[in-house]
Amino acid sequence: MSTATATDTTVPKEKTKKTSELKEVLKHLIRNRAAVAGLVIIGFFLIVAVFAPFIATHSPTATSLVTRLQRPSAEHLLGTDELGRDLFSRMVFGSRISLNIGLISTLIGVVFGVPIGAVSGYYGGKLDIITQRFIDIMIAFPGILLAIVVVTVLGVGVQNVMIATGIASVPVYARLVRGSVLAVKEQSYVAAARAAGLGDFSIIFKHILPNCLAPIIVQSTFQIATSILWAAGLGFLGLGAQAPTPEWGAILSNGRAYIRTAHHLTTYPGLAILFMVLGFNLVGDGLRDALDPKTR
Amino acid sequence: MYQYIARRLLLTVPVVFGVAVIVFSIVRFLPGDPARAIAGVQATPEFIQQVRIRYALDEPLHVQFGLYLRGLARGDLGQSTFTRRPVTTEIAERFPRTLLLASISLAFATVLGVGAGIVSATRRNSLFDNASMFIALVGVAAPVFWLALMLQLLFAVQLRLLPATGMGSWRHLVLPAVTLGSASAALMARITRSSMLEVLRLDFITTARAKGLTERVVIYKHALKNALIPVVTVLGLQFGILLGGAVLTETVFAWPGVGRLLVDAILRRDYPVVQGTVMLLALLFVLINLVVDIVYAFLDPRIHYQGGSEE
Repeated sequence: MSTATATDTTVPKEKTKKTSELKEVLKHLIRNRAAVAGLVIIGFFLIVAVFAPFIATHSPTATSLVTRLQRPSAEHLLGTDELGRDLFSRMVFGSRISLNIGLISTLIGVVFGVPIGAVSGYYGGKLDIITQRFIDIMIAFPGILLAIVVVTVLGVGVQNVMIATGIASVPVYARLVRGSVLAVKEQSYVAAARAAGLGDFSIIFKHILPNCLAPIIVQSTFQIATSILWAAGLGFLGLGAQAPTPEWGAILSNGRAYIRTAHHLTTYPGLAILFMVLGFNLVGDGLRDALDPKTR
Repeated sequence: MYQYIARRLLLTVPVVFGVAVIVFSIVRFLPGDPARAIAGVQATPEFIQQVRIRYALDEPLHVQFGLYLRGLARGDLGQSTFTRRPVTTEIAERFPRTLLLASISLAFATVLGVGAGIVSATRRNSLFDNASMFIALVGVAAPVFWLALMLQLLFAVQLRLLPATGMGSWRHLVLPAVTLGSASAALMARITRSSMLEVLRLDFITTARAKGLTERVVIYKHALKNALIPVVTVLGLQFGILLGGAVLTETVFAWPGVGRLLVDAILRRDYPVVQGTVMLLALLFVLINLVVDIVYAFLDPRIHYQGGSEE
């Protein structure tokens, strides 16, 4: 009975605190010019991705031998490739693929990495030691290498790239969340929740993890950028999206053969990747500062 | 201290073992017959049978893994299905080139990154600071293979100053090293700057200034020594990441190192070479991390050597 009243009184308080916290964070984010630039970039690509069929001037896959390797013009805004396909339209549709890969692979990393890190940090002991060794093993494959290993086994294609980059980001989250959980679990409200008879599951997911959200959000923003870069790298190596798919890395790789005569095929897709990654990195930097009470 | 090093060494053993399990599994998880996968696409049935016997593929998995480990310990990584040469030979030929490329890249990244970071921190919010931090942001966001192609386009195709691809003189190294090192340089510039700014706020810097020391001595003798601790950690990790990142750079510049070997091997389904290369890169990374942790322990007296939970 006493626990019920205790939670009854704390819930509304927590809610007002949360909204003011969110307002505070947003206020700091909006005041940060670099972060606003990042938001604008992300917003731009989101609009392009959502309205791709309306923005594209041509079909992204329609070939035409008459218009091969044309330079940018009024008809073909960014020129055409070796099969006469409109580069602008291909890149417009490509924004969907890159955003999807970034979001879904990050989601995979969160869904698997966060619980692993939380359980490892919360229970500690042998479980923690064993989990951490598994994470050590995954981290032993530097950068894009783990994604390459996974793609080698799974095979090429956009879907496998998402899985590969997702798996490659799991250790990042596991490490990050374990650290935050170690710090949070010593707080008195966790002891209070335990004393109130809550199970481990609800303590972890209702009381500890919500207080580890800030680093997870910041990391996810950076992780989306990293995943987009990795996926484009895999596409460039021929291990990612396959031929007619208008994935930016694959378009770039394809255009390499014509770099001396038609460098627009490599320049523009690369710029698109750069801007998208820059957008997420800028917002990540801004969020980190906004969520950190010290730098406010 | 020695207890810490011993513990750290001990922790490396299961990691190396786990890496071996993963690399061993690459071929076993492939759909279809592993013997056919190892033998290669154009293998005759006789050769496939030979492979099956050589790798004991009819034996239970743990026996196969034992044989694999024994081979590893002896430096036997199998045979390339493409060139039919031992994988060890293939790697030994190319690895020094990757090492050279990664080392030069790291040197370039360190000089440029740390230098820019120090100047940025000491002249906070100046034009130099803003410009270099902007370039650093772009440097981290630019896809390395795109940067490679743009540098090729500018310096090799248009200005004709440097060779676009291949290996030979030091001039062949310039573009790949700059490309590979750029992201690391950007990262190091940002880390050096923020670490330096943090140190410059501390009391002992105020004391040093109050003693009447010149700004030069304060910055280069007092602040820098402390500010570089996080940079050293990143330096080590970056070296490992550069070795892995060489995969993309080597492909663009046709630099015949292990990165390129790995990509070619994957595209040719030359699995013994894939396994060997991945094994090498991962082990190197583990080794580098080990060295970094030990160096860090010597550098930073605040680190605690006992207890179970330090990273």
